[in-house]
Amino acid sequence: MATIQSHSSHDAHADLHEEHAHHESFITKYIFTTDHKMIAKQFLVTGLLWAFVGGLLSMFFRLQLGFPEMSQEWLRPLLGDWINSSGKIDPNFYLALVTMHGTIMVFFVLTAGLSGTFSNFLIPLQIGARDMASGFMNMLSYWFFFLSSVIMFCSLFVETGPAGVGWTVYPPLSALEESIPGAALGMTLWLTSMSLFIISQLLGGVNYIATVINMRTRGLSFAKLPLTIWAFFLTAVLGLLAFPVLFAAALLLIFDRSFGTSFYLSEIYLNGEALPHVGGSPLLYQHLFWFLGHPEVYIVLLPALGITSEIIATNSRKPIFGYRAMIGSLLGISVLSFVVWAHHMFVSGMSPFLGSVFMFLTLIIAVPSGVKVFNYLTTLWRGNIVFTPAMLFSIGLVSLFISGGITGIFLGNSAIDVYLHDTYFVVAHFHLVMGAASFFGMMAGVYHWFPKMFGRMMDNKLGYLHFWLTFVGVYMVFFPLHYIGIAGFPRHYYTWTNFEAFSGFTDLHAFVTVAALITFSSQLIFAFNFFYSMWFGRRATANPWRSNTLEWTTPVEPGHGNWPGEIPTVYRWPYDYSKPGAIEDYIPQNIPYSMTPGSNLPHENELVDREKDDDAIIIDESETDTTK
Amino acid sequence: MFGVLIAIGVIILLAILMLLYRVYTLVSVARGTDKIRVSASNKVNAVLFLVFLIGCSGLFFWYSFDAFDNYQQPVAAAHADDYESLFWATMWVSVAAFMLTNIALFYFAFRYQYREDRKALFYPDNTKLEIAWTIIPAIVLVSLVFGGFKVWNQMTEAAPEEAEVIEIMGYQFAWEVRYPGADRKLGEYDYRFISPENPMGLIVEDPATKDDFIPLEIHLPKGVPVEIKIRARDVIHSVSLPHFRQKMDAVPGMPTRMWFIPTKTTAEMREELNDPDFNYELACQQICGRGHFSMRKIVVVDEPADYEKWKREQEPWLEPGDQEPSEGEIDTNIRTQEAVDAAGTETERVEAATTTTQQ
Repeated sequence: MATIQSHSSHDAHADLHEEHAHHESFITKYIFTTDHKMIAKQFLVTGLLWAFVGGLLSMFFRLQLGFPEMSQEWLRPLLGDWINSSGKIDPNFYLALVTMHGTIMVFFVLTAGLSGTFSNFLIPLQIGARDMASGFMNMLSYWFFFLSSVIMFCSLFVETGPAGVGWTVYPPLSALEESIPGAALGMTLWLTSMSLFIISQLLGGVNYIATVINMRTRGLSFAKLPLTIWAFFLTAVLGLLAFPVLFAAALLLIFDRSFGTSFYLSEIYLNGEALPHVGGSPLLYQHLFWFLGHPEVYIVLLPALGITSEIIATNSRKPIFGYRAMIGSLLGISVLSFVVWAHHMFVSGMSPFLGSVFMFLTLIIAVPSGVKVFNYLTTLWRGNIVFTPAMLFSIGLVSLFISGGITGIFLGNSAIDVYLHDTYFVVAHFHLVMGAASFFGMMAGVYHWFPKMFGRMMDNKLGYLHFWLTFVGVYMVFFPLHYIGIAGFPRHYYTWTNFEAFSGFTDLHAFVTVAALITFSSQLIFAFNFFYSMWFGRRATANPWRSNTLEWTTPVEPGHGNWPGEIPTVYRWPYDYSKPGAIEDYIPQNIPYSMTPGSNLPHENELVDREKDDDAIIIDESETDTTK
Repeated sequence: MFGVLIAIGVIILLAILMLLYRVYTLVSVARGTDKIRVSASNKVNAVLFLVFLIGCSGLFFWYSFDAFDNYQQPVAAAHADDYESLFWATMWVSVAAFMLTNIALFYFAFRYQYREDRKALFYPDNTKLEIAWTIIPAIVLVSLVFGGFKVWNQMTEAAPEEAEVIEIMGYQFAWEVRYPGADRKLGEYDYRFISPENPMGLIVEDPATKDDFIPLEIHLPKGVPVEIKIRARDVIHSVSLPHFRQKMDAVPGMPTRMWFIPTKTTAEMREELNDPDFNYELACQQICGRGHFSMRKIVVVDEPADYEKWKREQEPWLEPGDQEPSEGEIDTNIRTQEAVDAAGTETERVEAATTTTQQ
């Protein structure tokens, strides 16, 4: 023990030295900061602002869909001439609204807002690192995202409107400015913004991966990593492999738009003119886009699942069931996510044989997803569940993941997809499984780690109210869309009154709109709770949820460098909850087995001796370092 | 309606304000003394999960049965029976899995709510269980995949030799349909020949073009395989025929196709549904611009004899010895375009667009 003591005081001295160097001005602390925790908060606040914008846009088009007869004249102060002379939303602007809603929610909220926030915040804290591998790159990552955000936001206000060709921006529609106003300046800004966004993602992803691989604290092997870190790590790998492909797709699209190339264009007659493009293929874009687009679904979802695993285990006071199976299913999902992209293209005109292959692979990806659900359920079984707001959102996520995931079995089946493709069934499916589930993961994460972020607690009661309104609301918004989808209603329709086949369900559409308005409004409860608690919330303790992972061993408000003294050593996996024989119902990761003789399992008792050895080796290393 | 929305907003606002007050008082009372591990809210939340489960399951089953006819689009294609049985087989498997897992989730949440005197079970893993719930879903899914293969192959295999071939071309924002005429051969086309007079870019020198005709409505024969060759002129569109359970994108520069066998004539379907106004419809199902929602075309399924008769009545697009299209053709084309351009600005004009296409 004595040797350990001497070692830690040495380390503490070094840290003290480091603290002195960090006299920060407002700018280096809050704006151009390299501290991963502050960058995480920057991502979080930006992501939440975007969520508000994205949500607001959806309210405008939900009004049009739910109450097509209603005059929207009262929106004129906000939308200006996008409300046409008869008091209706302009059909071009309607398409711009759905496009921007999709882009903002998928990329800016659920990619940057979710993994940008929690990967940044939790990776160093949970693996026991002082900061990211490169704080500077991390800062660049945020500022590229910020720049991209500014450009995307500005595009909302250009005269021809923001991009309005669907969030997947399929050419030729997106390539030809004359095809729709939303393919003009708005589209250029969209592509510029997305290119910067991809750079931001890559800078972030490289950092996350490098940090997880290289900077884990003593004793923290991959087999002891919290599932959150596994999820963030794999998310970053997916992003690193997939986003460059989107970059390529976007670049070729920029060439087609501005430099007269024909990557995606062929034999087009538009506006009374036969264009010179021949030999390109619109399908090339779709393949490239969905090669990112499908992993993107998991880039959005995996962090949410990782967060949920952590929160469900903590609040069930039980180890996560099947830790290794959970990692296995994360790996399985990650690998399979790269070989299912063409299930978005069953009716695109690609070879039917490819359709068969992708149907098979797509349905196989349901297996690891199912394993995750069953493991969550078993984790709850015979637990001792504390319903914190974070726990409620996690349980909500599991329910939404089931409900949305299961409809994937329909859509992944190429035969069934022929009818359901681009109907509201698809809208219902991905909003539940990707949109709502990931959003719930984000909310769960905010409620759970708020005390570590701001040193204060969010109010539980407001959290409960927020959860129940949102949970019921989300189901009431998206569940009815399944019926509308089974009836074949096409997506992206401004109105269905032209069609006899789609003339029904006006009542259900109105219901959905009302539910959406309520759900959106109830997010104000969260906004209030979030900002109020940031300054006036009850002061948090260092480990308010009695959790095992390393971030809870830091002070209430961890400073630059996270731990004032030595970085804790990890001795055990993160899920020793309610271990028989233990004094408390949790044993943090940094408690050695030698201190918990009562609860050790037989094979863990054997580790007690090795724990001391490990220390000895490490101290030897540090001593050689000092002599150099 | 607006009033209702305002009312909802006000109610939520009031709720927020009330809670605000509550928060404020609670915080001032409880600051620093909040040592109770789990408050009474825990029980409330647990019960609410159960209420949510029962309430929503009730709604789900009630609406699914009550509104069945509303969301069941009538079917009229030979492969549609197989399609429907696959769909409903998948549906029952899904509903079973959906209900079982959701019931387990919410019941566990209720049943295992926190109690001071209980300790959670330390149960980190069970390899047999993991294997079981990997293998069983895999088997179920693979069987669904094989069901899917069967129907998918049936839908996408090459159309039979004797199939009636027609061509559909999508453009912003309408469809053109072309029949091969008496020679049963569609003439060649080249997009560079497209003009207001020649909307489909037909090559007039091609002898096969001579008897091709471009009608306003799509007519299909009952009980005969129909192959549709699909192309697009400007951006991607999608030929969606919901009643025939078929859909295929129309891609500029890359011709696609689909085929199916209509099984009920329009008249038969009208009788069956007891709806004298029923029509089969063709819709665009890939976002294509402002008028996306207005790309409708009526599909009429006739008895084969009536179909042949209708075909004979159609005038060739290219009059014999004449290279100019008929007057009506240009006119319709322009009218549709105008109506579509106007669509959405005023409701009446939307209807006008509909009637124009319906003619």
